[in-house]
Amino acid sequence: MTYDILIAGVGGQGILSIATVLGRAVLQTGLHLKQSEVHGMAQRGGSVQSHLRVSDAPVWSDLIPRGQADMILSMEPMEALRYLPWLKPEGWIIANQTPIQNMTGYPPVAEVWDAIRRQRHHLLFDAQQLAQQNQLPRAVNMALLGAASPFLPLPVSALEDAIAAQFHRKGQTTVDANQVVFRAGRALAQQP
Amino acid sequence: MRPNNTQSTPHLLLANEAIAQAALNAGISGAYAYPGTPSTEILEYIQRAPEASARKVHREWSVNEKTAMEEALGMSFAGRRALVAMKHVGLNVAADPFMNAAVTGVNGGLVVVVADDPSMHSSQNEQDSRFYAQFARVPLFEPSNQQEAYELTRQAFDISEELRVPIVVRITTRLAHSRADVTPASPCSPAPRPLPTDARQYVLIPVNARRNYEALLDKQPRMQELAETAGHNEVLDAADTSLGIVACGIGMNYLRECYPDTPCPHPVLKIVQYPAPRQLLAQLTARCRKVLVLEDGYPFVEELLRGVIAPADHAICGRLDGTLPRSGELSPESVSRALGFPPAPAVEPPACVRPRPPVLCAGCPHIDSFVFIKEVMAAHPQGRVFSDIGCYALGALPPFEAICSCVDMGASITMAKGAADAGLHPSLAVIGDSTFTHSGLTGLLDAIHENAAITVLILDNGTTGMTGGQTSIGTGRLAEMVIGLGVAPAHVRNAIPLKKQHAENMAMLREEIAHPGVSVIIARRDCIQTARKG
Repeated sequence: MTYDILIAGVGGQGILSIATVLGRAVLQTGLHLKQSEVHGMAQRGGSVQSHLRVSDAPVWSDLIPRGQADMILSMEPMEALRYLPWLKPEGWIIANQTPIQNMTGYPPVAEVWDAIRRQRHHLLFDAQQLAQQNQLPRAVNMALLGAASPFLPLPVSALEDAIAAQFHRKGQTTVDANQVVFRAGRALAQQP
Repeated sequence: MRPNNTQSTPHLLLANEAIAQAALNAGISGAYAYPGTPSTEILEYIQRAPEASARKVHREWSVNEKTAMEEALGMSFAGRRALVAMKHVGLNVAADPFMNAAVTGVNGGLVVVVADDPSMHSSQNEQDSRFYAQFARVPLFEPSNQQEAYELTRQAFDISEELRVPIVVRITTRLAHSRADVTPASPCSPAPRPLPTDARQYVLIPVNARRNYEALLDKQPRMQELAETAGHNEVLDAADTSLGIVACGIGMNYLRECYPDTPCPHPVLKIVQYPAPRQLLAQLTARCRKVLVLEDGYPFVEELLRGVIAPADHAICGRLDGTLPRSGELSPESVSRALGFPPAPAVEPPACVRPRPPVLCAGCPHIDSFVFIKEVMAAHPQGRVFSDIGCYALGALPPFEAICSCVDMGASITMAKGAADAGLHPSLAVIGDSTFTHSGLTGLLDAIHENAAITVLILDNGTTGMTGGQTSIGTGRLAEMVIGLGVAPAHVRNAIPLKKQHAENMAMLREEIAHPGVSVIIARRDCIQTARKG
């Protein structure tokens, strides 16, 4: 069993938090993993990605080979499309639809959404609105993670434990609030 | 599933963190470093580690990599183990003490960790630190994964004390910034070693240096023997000798990725320890007429194999013959293609996807600085703004396009001075506070000594920003420093980089450009990221 996730977004959107929570959950489940990050220059509002590779056997390459990712999980819609060369034909794109337009020449957002909707397996939603509706506007990344959770080879309990560990130092209220958003994202993805 | 090892719990560590944990477990008394992607996390991990605090391990940032290396050498001299960490170009800065530490030899184990950056994700070049270890004639370890990063760093301290030379541990970005589970070994507490008894050993006047150098040369056979026989370099034998593969460091991972379910059918020589194991290489090339070299960085081993007289009956494939791309990091795709596997069907991103380069954060003080600099310089088409390494290097991109150079730490001031010597006017230098203390002080002193017609703008945002906000040693004290160096106080000005100060800042810059000597304008406002974290 292998499962490769390419996590994408714009520097500052907290994709590393998604990767960290996933990493903890994988470790708790007893699976092997490798998780790569981008630091430094690329973080300054530029395109950032993290490759997360999960397996029941040792993982070798730290990078996901092109055409092998099971999922692109993206905090930003155009960034989701940037990594299409890495996605398996039957892979899933799960993306937040809110664009970050901190650049010249951002395309019309409708074009970006159409390109995502043309992919066979996609889930495009307003994760920002979902987080806001669930009282934690900052937890857009947890909404996204929740939406991805039904597809992952991980028990949801491991993910919820990992969220608890991630926000443990900020107190139980913060832990609970993040878990609420996570569950809302998961419920949305589980709708038929 | 991963084996459930109850002896020691695994941790999800970056290779950087694995190296740091290994150094702590090896009983270091100090870690020395200057921030630099992709090495920054090494000292940061040690700074956060409870055991480092409990044992009072030195763990402050140094002013630059040279001072860091020298401080580590001093700790080693005093009989204690020390770690020094830097990015690849940082070793250029530390090269003087590094080369000469091989000649003096070391006392307490000294491990030099260098994180190279093939594909230059955050650097000016992709130089390969294996050349430095060869240059200094010291051993180097290049782990292929996070667990090896831990184990080889532990080993490095022991070997450093056996051979009494610094040992290099080399990693690249992909490993430095990738997490995997690492199981540490039991920590040790080495007793401090006595002070060196030979009064001549560390005094490199020629009479001693010649003797020490001979001693270093005498150690070479033992270094070579270790690389051949210690067991870290290994031959993975297989039947199909139509191809032999040399896999260095992380190259081993990409190779294994190509054969997920079965072992590689070709003989493989895995190299994680240098000097390059000539005997093992000779044995492989004797059996296999075609050899593929997988290495992340320069074609270091490939060039060694090719030598001067390329053997007519061997085909050596790698970066130099087009089998692998000449530049840039290895990737699973390039290695797969080199092994003859068909490429994955090419999928391109849709046309609507545009590049998203890094930008200065909204509210960054450098934005206000570039706005006033650019407006003033618009009246001086013959002038130039030399700049430096840091977030402000983004001043080269639109919408500013305000700077004409970014070469190496501190070069803004010295290039501005050299250009001024050639008659270029106005000649401005834009440099950050951390870069200024790293390597700007000495260049400014040159300029002061000759009363050069340059205007230096120190953008003091109170931090070392690009690498994530580490301590900046001189922040807030820069005016005293530059006056102490000898800049006339009337030409040391303080600016606040804010929109509402725009007219005042422009007037200040115009006045200092008109001054035919050294001027320093300190533009002080906290980094917006640091300000947010509070």
